Amino acid sequence: MPLIRLLRPSLSRLLFAALALAFVHLATQPALAGPYEDAVAQFAAGSFADTEEAIGKLVASAHPRAATIIVALQDGRLFADPDAKTVFIKAEDGKVTDAATGDAVAALPDKASAVRLNNKLRRAVSGAMAGLTLLSPDLNKRIQAAQSVFKTHDETVLPTVEAALKAEKNAAAKQAFAEARAAILLFKQDASDVDKLDAIAVIKARGDQEAMALLTGVPAGQSAAVTSGIASAKAAIERNLALWSMVQNAWYGLSLGSVLLLAAIGLAITFGVMGVINMAHGEMVMLGAYTTFVVQEAIRTRYPALFDYSLLIAVPLAFLVAGAIGVLIERSVIRFLYGRPLETLLATWGLSLIQQQAVRTLFGPTNREVGNPSWMSGAFELGQITITYNRLWILCFTLAVFAILLAMLRYTSLGLEMRAVTQNRRMAASMGIATSRVDALTFGLGSGIAGIAGVALSQIDNVSPNLGQSYIIDSFMVVVFGGVGNLWGTLVGAFSLGIANKFLEPVAGAVLGKIAILVLIILFIQKRPRGLFALKGRAVEA
Amino acid sequence: MTPHILTRSLNRSATVFLLVLAALGILLPLSNLLLPDGSFLHVPTYLISLFGKYVCYALLALSIDLIWGYCGILSLGHGAFFALGGYAMGMYLMRQIGTRGVYANPILPDFMVFLNYKELPWYWYGFDMFWFAALMVLIVPGLLAFCFGWLAFRSRVTGVYLSIITQAMTYALLLAFFRNDFGFGGNNGLTDFKDILGFNVQADGTRAALFVLSCLALGIGFLICRAVVTSKLGKVLIAIRDAESRTRFLGYRVESYKLFVFTLSACMAGVAGALYVPQVGIINPGEFAPGNSIEAVIWVAVGGRGTLVGAALGAIVVNYAKTVFTSGPLAPYWLFMLGALFVLVTLLLPKGIIGTFNAWWEGRKEKDEARDRAQRDSATAAAAESAAREDGVIERTMVKR
Repeated sequence: MPLIRLLRPSLSRLLFAALALAFVHLATQPALAGPYEDAVAQFAAGSFADTEEAIGKLVASAHPRAATIIVALQDGRLFADPDAKTVFIKAEDGKVTDAATGDAVAALPDKASAVRLNNKLRRAVSGAMAGLTLLSPDLNKRIQAAQSVFKTHDETVLPTVEAALKAEKNAAAKQAFAEARAAILLFKQDASDVDKLDAIAVIKARGDQEAMALLTGVPAGQSAAVTSGIASAKAAIERNLALWSMVQNAWYGLSLGSVLLLAAIGLAITFGVMGVINMAHGEMVMLGAYTTFVVQEAIRTRYPALFDYSLLIAVPLAFLVAGAIGVLIERSVIRFLYGRPLETLLATWGLSLIQQQAVRTLFGPTNREVGNPSWMSGAFELGQITITYNRLWILCFTLAVFAILLAMLRYTSLGLEMRAVTQNRRMAASMGIATSRVDALTFGLGSGIAGIAGVALSQIDNVSPNLGQSYIIDSFMVVVFGGVGNLWGTLVGAFSLGIANKFLEPVAGAVLGKIAILVLIILFIQKRPRGLFALKGRAVEA
Repeated sequence: MTPHILTRSLNRSATVFLLVLAALGILLPLSNLLLPDGSFLHVPTYLISLFGKYVCYALLALSIDLIWGYCGILSLGHGAFFALGGYAMGMYLMRQIGTRGVYANPILPDFMVFLNYKELPWYWYGFDMFWFAALMVLIVPGLLAFCFGWLAFRSRVTGVYLSIITQAMTYALLLAFFRNDFGFGGNNGLTDFKDILGFNVQADGTRAALFVLSCLALGIGFLICRAVVTSKLGKVLIAIRDAESRTRFLGYRVESYKLFVFTLSACMAGVAGALYVPQVGIINPGEFAPGNSIEAVIWVAVGGRGTLVGAALGAIVVNYAKTVFTSGPLAPYWLFMLGALFVLVTLLLPKGIIGTFNAWWEGRKEKDEARDRAQRDSATAAAAESAAREDGVIERTMVKR
């Protein structure tokens, strides 16, 4: 059959010449002419219809060279000699090869001209590209191809999709193929209503933004059943999308809340429990982040194998560094200022300037590189949202720190002493508690926790001398909002501010959302000057 | 009435301060304008602008001292009022550029053309008139302070809570003014001013005039503050500072007093900002940074809170030190210096320069008197001694818990 096809015009004209041509042709094609060769030769036929048919056949042949030819066609580098029925590919560097075999050819024949494309063909070409990868042995490529067919819903690849669907073993790929098939059927003019309704059901089950776009794009003029099916599917998808975007916002909010909580938790001790306004709190966070940097540098140069454990090593070190500096600050400055909160505020602000400048002098003013260990990088999909591992770990870490802190205050003797000193300093002193030692340790604890926060924040923020400043106002907002002197208030405050912020962001934009939150807190404090969970009784007036 | 207020307001240090200010305000511009360049006593124009800047800072410090030193309200957001006044003046100056801008648009300032504004936002209307801009310099900060204070004081937000929310206020404004679509030039702010009331802002004469005006504003602001603090109202303010609840129980409406003094102070800060902008030639959102407001508080602390003269002095001393340090090889150490200043002043010099000086002066006087009395009656000497020690304490430190 292909041979006859090749020979037909020749027969009608000059038998000998035709035979000669046929022989020449066969000589250049070592393999027996099959559907692939047939398809390639058809590119030379000249009409758009022939070219379209050729594309379809080429894809169906699944020949390894098919992709090369299609790409050449797409780029206008496919040349055909209408008389000799030979097709060539001109590479970008000008080298010419025979399209069917890939053998090098000296030069293009004079008569060869580029195979022409119109818009319909261009669509067919891109559909064909997808069709080709649909059969790829690589699972990810197959799924990707199915996704792109879902978007283009090109009828010509329907047989390929159906074949692929039948042959597919992998569940995810099977799903993708089924969705691609549904998309094609939905747009196919002559598909039955039953098929279309089935297709709508499949697309509805997919339920994401793309399914929505697909359903919106269905041309008018469908039967009543299909139209109402599309409308109800769209409504369902809209609900689904709204739900997922809620989930997404909630997750972002939780993530932001965990960062806020982490930054504020130390402040909840120093400000909330001790009543010390520590404006240098942010700098404790910064010190923790720089400790992480130093640990990672040491590991990089000495024991690169330990890199994945760098954070585990940094956490206790950061606690010790920030805690020690906290104790130092308490002993040298803050203890002289108890009962003078405004002066404490100014003095600690001065300390924060000194610490920032010290770090700037030691490490330079620019951002320092802190790497993510392998277990903290990457992300996974949950339904329709993407969750990054570092955010997830930070959330877990924050809750763990919170729980440990709570347990420490509740069950250890230091925690008991701290609570005693907070509640009634003089009574505690008469009971034999060394109140000044407890003060120092409490302040050290708060600072140390800020240091730990720095380790976590170094994973998601720039480690620069200004790191702390960006958290200090937020932290104070959280503590004040949650209610001073109450760790649970800080927890609730942090998460509600985080979630509120992320729900406002899509409506108002990131900066306006933040401004709105600040204004809301300012108004909230008017209403409840002592925060969400205010202490009651005499402690209020203290 | 007026003379009475004047005589009451002027004690010795206030008179000295006003005389020195008047002398500087007259002599420096005269030397700048009249003496030849090479003369030993000639003050170059850049120094006039620099001193003009200090004087504006001094007015800002004065406004903080009025509320912090006399009413116990520590505002960490006074930079916001200063910047708002500055923006009001900056808007007027922008409108004066007219067609001399890069894009030569007669109505829209350059940045608006650049950001594709089609017409002037409504809140820019009227700023082509000086009287309107001058009014806004007072009204905008005053109104913000009034609304903010009305909310805060009525619900009895005090102490550090107030400090923190004032800080949040200036931070929110900082974020807002950084936005391009807020209509105030975004990140770059307002700059490239050409003239003010028809005078070139770069000209020596204009600079000297602005300096004189700044000194005048500082002098008037100082007199207003003195008038307030020496009046009966001032006594109530001090009562509120020292024992708010007690004052309330005595029947005074604490909120109204606080609101009045807070709004007045914000207006003064606005005027300071308005005079500051034409002298430095730019206003940008950086002025809203919480750090700036806190720095202004330390000027007051260094000079001595609750003394007024000290606030102005502190602003000038600290800023002069800042200029000296940040322009020399010591620049990297300036923040260490500033930080140390915060710590040392609060720890070692809680009364500031003027406060400490006053205490020492009073102490000496009391001692002299005590010695005289001791010669007459040795039995009362011990009591006078302890009374002297009590004196001059600015804030009664109430120990928490």
